Amino acid sequence: MYTQALNTSDGDDRNIEDAARAAAFQARVDAEERIEPNDWMPAAYRKTLTRQISQHAHSEIVGMLPEGNWITRAPSLRRKVALLAKVQDECGHGLYLYAAAETLGTSREELVDAMLAGKAKYSSIFNYPTLTWADIGTIGWLVDGAAIMNQIPLCRCSYGPYARAMIRVCKEESFHQRQGFEIMLKLSRGTDDQKAMAQDALNRWWWPVLMMFGPPDKVSQHSDTSTKWRIKRFSNDELRQKFVDATVPQAHFLGLTIPDPGMKQDEAGRWIHSPIDWNEFNQVLAGNGPCNRDRMAARRKAHDEGAWVREAAAAYAEKRARRQTAQAAE
Amino acid sequence: MATPNTPLWEVFIRSRNGLAHKHCGSLHASDATMALQAARDIYTRRGEGLSIWVVPSNAITASDPSEKGMMFEPAESKIYRHPTFYDVPDEVGHM
Amino acid sequence: MAAPSIKVSETPLVLYALRRADDALILGHRLSEWCGHAPALEEDMALANIALDLLGQARTLYSYAAEVEGKGNDEDKFAYLRDVRQYRNLLLAEQPNSDFAHTLVRQFFYSAFADLYWRAMMQSRNPTLAAIAAKSEKESAYHLRHSSEWVIRLGDGTEESHRRTQAAIDDLWAFTGEMFEVDEAERGLIDAGIAVDPATLKPHWLKTVAGIAAEATLALPKSDWMQQGGRHGRHSEHLGHLLSELQSMQRTFPGAAW
Repeated sequence: MYTQALNTSDGDDRNIEDAARAAAFQARVDAEERIEPNDWMPAAYRKTLTRQISQHAHSEIVGMLPEGNWITRAPSLRRKVALLAKVQDECGHGLYLYAAAETLGTSREELVDAMLAGKAKYSSIFNYPTLTWADIGTIGWLVDGAAIMNQIPLCRCSYGPYARAMIRVCKEESFHQRQGFEIMLKLSRGTDDQKAMAQDALNRWWWPVLMMFGPPDKVSQHSDTSTKWRIKRFSNDELRQKFVDATVPQAHFLGLTIPDPGMKQDEAGRWIHSPIDWNEFNQVLAGNGPCNRDRMAARRKAHDEGAWVREAAAAYAEKRARRQTAQAAE
Repeated sequence: MATPNTPLWEVFIRSRNGLAHKHCGSLHASDATMALQAARDIYTRRGEGLSIWVVPSNAITASDPSEKGMMFEPAESKIYRHPTFYDVPDEVGHM
Repeated sequence: MAAPSIKVSETPLVLYALRRADDALILGHRLSEWCGHAPALEEDMALANIALDLLGQARTLYSYAAEVEGKGNDEDKFAYLRDVRQYRNLLLAEQPNSDFAHTLVRQFFYSAFADLYWRAMMQSRNPTLAAIAAKSEKESAYHLRHSSEWVIRLGDGTEESHRRTQAAIDDLWAFTGEMFEVDEAERGLIDAGIAVDPATLKPHWLKTVAGIAAEATLALPKSDWMQQGGRHGRHSEHLGHLLSELQSMQRTFPGAAW
């Protein structure tokens, strides 16, 4: 899902690179060795990873906004603390991921500038609004659930810093999905208003969550090198099906109805969903989702209004360094 | 007008008595004091740290074997190729 | 139908605990408003950490107040079902975030006090409060260090940061006196060795604040006129809006469990 908008043709086959080195590199990857920052790597590997890791980082940071929207209105102190801790975790995940991306040779500032300029993408799901408290439960249950499904295989991806960042992320992720599900459980056992709130949230988030896994395999063109280089370990459809099969019984347990009247179980017990409206997905990726403009505006505002603070810190550091040099000279 | 890049620091944490410091990632901070505080806030939130080291990333010298089994000159290098590790003269302009 | 406010039996010890709990809740809530909007990701983490510490302190203190009151109230009833006139926090805590300078100066003024206060409270004859103080003191010590370093950098950074931070000091100074006030209800607890007399902390607080301000090349206002009223429920206009947001779910859905 962090590769939703990666285009095709990185042109790797057309690069003139040492064939022996490329073969040696592929042999290492095939042997499940980790590639580290100073190791030789194809230019296309570096490029594709930089994009994937940074888009993952952008997603964590933008993802703070829809959930952050409810911190000041969380309905109990326990929920308030849990939600603040969860959103803070997401910030931390963004930090780990930017750190990993930087080892590939692009600065965080450049990566963030690309996002703020609309040139780099983040996961489509965060362009939807959180309208009720049940949305917070739904995001934890479904969005984090989908992310976990994607992140666990990434703990074994070929690039060392990314794999290690993902291990850290997965360790912290454990309470996120549980928190979300627990919120939904409480709602589902609550008042009629709360039950309706839960069902309404599921109705609005189900299809966008399915779209998170990216276009269907037959449409998605970039997967070959990503799979060969062990950056992507399962296909979009594989992950999406796995997610649906895990989640549908959970929805039934909550007494909720999946908003897909055409969904059926096949002989193997898998839940087969109706066709997804990829029009909506493409529109959202192109910037025409409900919240794209708001999300970008919020991040730009934080960045712009924070400039004087960052400049002050830099100015002080310079003054301090000069004073220390002057003192040392005395 | 772009702010100059905030310096990059590598973070090492000793999580328990008796263990050695372990590299756990990097962060951006304007000076060493802020780097230590940021390291505490980012990498020891769940009580993971007894002792924190922060080092400017470009101060670290590395020797990485580039390919297993191939002959190599043990060359001194930076820990990775970060744009701020290499000074570009102002006249060259933004790179 | 909205959920009405609860009634509270504000005996001295209950009132005492509610005052400290409200300080922590309101200040923690204000800091949580920065989540996702801070000047740098590292600072988003730091402010959230401070907020979480304060919210944790609030919860412990509310629970204690409920236990002492013994009327079936709990942390959420205190936080979500008391109106503006029942809140007992310092006016300083409810001041809006405004810019980063205001937020950090507010934090600095408060933490410089809280650090001294909790350290002194570790000697309280009340074992529960002494234990709360021991935990809170560790947290406040870090909040003080963090906010001090920022006040220095903002004061002695650029012209703009200096101007904004001086403005923040000038704006917030009049709210600092309230931290050192004592009333009759608290006098009894102080005499019994349960609470600390905050007035005794003022000289040390002034020394800390003056020292950091000097290093930051900032001036402290000469005026000694101080705002009051928060401790008695006479708040600024800001608190009403803050509580509208904080309490909206519980007021809208009476009796629901979350």
